[in-house]
Amino acid sequence: MSLLLSPEEQAIAAGHDGAAMAMRILAESARLLGAPRLIPIASAHIDGALYHGDSGTLFAERLVDGGARVAVRSTLNVGALDLMGCSRIRLEEPARGMARRMMEAYRKLGCEQSWTCAPYQAGHRPAKGSDVAWGESNAVVFCNSVLGARTNRYGDFLDIACAIVGRAPDYGLHRPENRRARLVFDVSGLSASFLASEIAWPVLGSLYGREVGNAIGIVTGITGHPGEDALKAFGAAAASSGAVGLFHIAGVTPEAPDADTVLAGAEPDMVIRVTPEMAAKARLGLSTAASAKAIDAVAIGSPHLSLDEFDMLERLIAGRRLSVPIYACTGRHALSGLEQNGRRKALEASGVIIVADTCVVVTPIMPELAGGILMTNSGKFAHYAPGNTGYSVLYASLADCVESAVIGKPILTDIAA
Amino acid sequence: MSAAAEILVPGRAGQGEALVLTAPISFWGGVDPKSGRIADVRHPQHGQNLSGRVLFLPGTIGSSSASAVLLELVHNGHAPAALVLHEPDAILLLGLIVAREMGWQTPMALKLGRDLFETYRGCTVEVAEDGSLAPAA
Repeated sequence: MSLLLSPEEQAIAAGHDGAAMAMRILAESARLLGAPRLIPIASAHIDGALYHGDSGTLFAERLVDGGARVAVRSTLNVGALDLMGCSRIRLEEPARGMARRMMEAYRKLGCEQSWTCAPYQAGHRPAKGSDVAWGESNAVVFCNSVLGARTNRYGDFLDIACAIVGRAPDYGLHRPENRRARLVFDVSGLSASFLASEIAWPVLGSLYGREVGNAIGIVTGITGHPGEDALKAFGAAAASSGAVGLFHIAGVTPEAPDADTVLAGAEPDMVIRVTPEMAAKARLGLSTAASAKAIDAVAIGSPHLSLDEFDMLERLIAGRRLSVPIYACTGRHALSGLEQNGRRKALEASGVIIVADTCVVVTPIMPELAGGILMTNSGKFAHYAPGNTGYSVLYASLADCVESAVIGKPILTDIAA
Repeated sequence: MSAAAEILVPGRAGQGEALVLTAPISFWGGVDPKSGRIADVRHPQHGQNLSGRVLFLPGTIGSSSASAVLLELVHNGHAPAALVLHEPDAILLLGLIVAREMGWQTPMALKLGRDLFETYRGCTVEVAEDGSLAPAA
């Protein structure tokens, strides 16, 4: 089936302005995706404003020069600079200036200055069943799975093209028939104490992503809602180890009141019964420096920390002084809450470095350190830190991360899967 | 061993030494946008450079910023000579679509079954304008 553009869409594509360029990019992508038409969208989340090099800045400025503006509500994912001035970014000129120009260009296109990878915790929560065009793999998987809105993984450039045109290709997860589960990921064989622990979600997410790839699965064996931050961690880990855009959890996520509903009465193609050994191996696989004797830093907040997660961090630090820094990445939506009652100052006095608008794996913040060891409770940081920062990683719970930061050596609590 | 591959995104013809990846890769985080070096320490081809190579991709994973990395590689002259994909990945190929809109010269992206990838390992591969792939004489 080939792409059919309406006469109006064809007229826009034939123009010479920024909207025409956006329409042509959208139409070319729709053709590659095999979409038969474009459909209207309710909102967009734009991942394209992160500086990877001058090319992205030149692209955004070409759209601005062409007079383009977003047609729907559009939040922005992280940029390469901390515009709130919480942390020092080691990006040197001329890259620094180009990164700033890029962030400015997206503002001029009419995007909201949200600068977060957790827009769903910053007031951008599209309605269940609505079509949207979101970028950033963790935001996409959360939007589909936890909110029940419909989006594919819109990469850089296509996200802003959809936002300007106000349409998206009709394919993939926009279509209800493509949202049903085809495999079962059964975690009922794991201990209740492991499933109740914080590390269960990033570890299982990492395993899930590797096992299912881009297929849609349903997780069974979970009793009770684990909380939004746990689902956020699961989705982020799954979307970094596999191409996961949508998961279901029986009795938890909105399209899966039970397994039968989301399997649509069909037998699953595969049932993955997760064993304690598989979970233990997945946990070990998140570390590249499992036997480290010392640590140089802790990084948390991928996806960006919520205020609830800051509450937990404060409770665990309990006013103690850290001997290695904890980089706590968050968005300005959480920062405003932290500014109250001197909470931010108290955390910083302990040795926490708050990073706003960006994070430690997308832009140079942590010192360059040969053989550096980074401890993290984030499955996504564990996945990306070695390639992007040069640090080896040691994965652990937030409680272990904090205790380790206090003494500067890894403390690992055994939680049997 | 010459094969006619489907052209996913048109671009210039070219040739380069084959780089056959044996595992899916995430361009963002997995490839250095400044040099084209494979930076993912967990990837079997870690340390290899895809600049100027005919790159055979069995699959792609991970971040939705893959297109930005590819666009940057095109802009700074470190793109592969051609990309050969087992299946079209619109996120990655968007990098080429945008590069064409910007008026920059782009490598071709082709579709070819991954079972044929191994036949090109170790060869210098010539990519013709019609999308055919042949070992260079």
